[in-house]
Amino acid sequence: MAYHNPDGVMIGLEIHVQLNKLNTKMFCGCSTKYHNDEPNSHVCPVCLGLPGSLPVINERAVEAAMKIGLALNCDIVPQTQFHRKNYFYPDLPKGFQTTQYDFPIASKGKVVIEGEDGEHVIGITRAHMEEDPGRLVHIGSIDKSKGTMIDYNRSGIALIEIVSEPDMRSPKEARRFLDKLRNIIEYLDVCDTTLEGAMRFDANVSIGGGSRAEVKNISSHKGAEKALLFEIVRQKNMLRRGGTVVQETRHFDEARGVTISLRTKEQEHDYRYFPEPDLVPMRVADRTAKVVETLPELPDAKRERFTKEYDMADMHAKALTSEIRTADYYEEVAAKVDAKVCTPWVADVLKGELNYRDLTVESFKVDDMVEIIEMVTQDKITEKSAVEVIRAILDSGGSPLDIVKEKGLIKVEDDVVSTAVSEVLKENEAAVADYLGGKEQSLNFLVGQVMKKTRGRADAVQAREMVLESINK
Amino acid sequence: MITKDEVEHVGWLARIEIDEQDADSYAAHLNTVLEYFGQLDEVDTENVDPTYHVVDVVNVFREDVVTESLTQEEALGNTKSKQDGHFKAPKIM
Repeated sequence: MAYHNPDGVMIGLEIHVQLNKLNTKMFCGCSTKYHNDEPNSHVCPVCLGLPGSLPVINERAVEAAMKIGLALNCDIVPQTQFHRKNYFYPDLPKGFQTTQYDFPIASKGKVVIEGEDGEHVIGITRAHMEEDPGRLVHIGSIDKSKGTMIDYNRSGIALIEIVSEPDMRSPKEARRFLDKLRNIIEYLDVCDTTLEGAMRFDANVSIGGGSRAEVKNISSHKGAEKALLFEIVRQKNMLRRGGTVVQETRHFDEARGVTISLRTKEQEHDYRYFPEPDLVPMRVADRTAKVVETLPELPDAKRERFTKEYDMADMHAKALTSEIRTADYYEEVAAKVDAKVCTPWVADVLKGELNYRDLTVESFKVDDMVEIIEMVTQDKITEKSAVEVIRAILDSGGSPLDIVKEKGLIKVEDDVVSTAVSEVLKENEAAVADYLGGKEQSLNFLVGQVMKKTRGRADAVQAREMVLESINK
Repeated sequence: MITKDEVEHVGWLARIEIDEQDADSYAAHLNTVLEYFGQLDEVDTENVDPTYHVVDVVNVFREDVVTESLTQEEALGNTKSKQDGHFKAPKIM
């Protein structure tokens, strides 16, 4: 069914990705590992913008930018260069940000997401390189601030800014796009997305072809969805009351779940870009083939391979490839036991239990998973018991075999079950007669009695068969 | 033609205070400079590649190797306006 987008919502996103897996910043040799260190202890004359200092481009940052561009199906431009974007703000010690302007390193790409009505293509306008500004700590909240403290440890960290076309038609699609993008970035191994500030988002939102508001300061995918929902309702209410939506920058206050107008001066966007005279242009398009070789198998390709190689449903392939660590985990397990058997165990059971506990696959040993699956396939424990073992390991640790023994989960032998069956039939003659008289529920009752006698260690399906067999003898 | 208002606007962007009298004289000076650029515009550059940088060099890179940073004390050494290891600026909004 086609999605009609009743409010004419158009959302475009700008995503800043920190290349925090590099050893050093974009233009100087200061370390990127500042997260647990004192403020202003990872700085030098270049990233503090001291007079006379000169930037030199980190070659690996260029490679990472190309990787991201190529993974987003962009073209790498023949010649690319840096510009100065001039404005005064305390997070920019130089009075300008070194960024890219009319020749971004990558442009014209696309990403396919699961949209409101099936596959939906989101255009990528460009991906360009720039430096991160310093971090501001407002003394008090942003609109009632008494002063600002600045930490330049982040100043000069290599950033890739990815700009999408306004192709998203709902906050849900925006979130899906962000999830997909984070997934790709993680596959590329260029950014540790778990670090604070590793990925930051700005959104442009308009409804019904009206002016767009730019929402800044979004720091999580959940936050993005929340900010966009708020902004769409705000714009709708504005129109309903006969007002007009003005083009402006708004700040998202995640704690309060609202966007606030920043009432910026009209001259704000007069950036006077000009080519950065301290950096010479780059011609790196001829390295594209070499970079392509280093690209890992990306999520879409992996998903397709999983469906073929492991003969699994697309739903399972999607669940398993949505994070590279889950995909790698699955492949390790599938190498040791029958892939077809282990698919639902990893994709449905384990993933579900992990999500429920907000854990990742690192919390569950591959060998433990293999051992549990083997116990099921060798008929030593029931599927229900296997789930119990997985839960026990996640909640309080331990080895699968110990837990199975401790909880008495070893499946009982057939003769124990058949003894239980004959006892149950003898003790419940009335129920047997009811069943023979056409009362189907009586069978369930009898099977239940067998399970009770064996304290749940019998396989319910098998017990049912044995009850039926004995009655019909 | 550059007007007095534009001179004042550019002055504001650069955070330079320009008084009324000076603004008139700067406008006149800037217009002389622009006229000269107007002359340059007459040159036929049809088959000339744009110059993005005055030095004809590309791809100057460095390796991704950490070098020593300043200490926090050194970094804050030139400012009186500091608090808890941070530079301190007036409130922004």
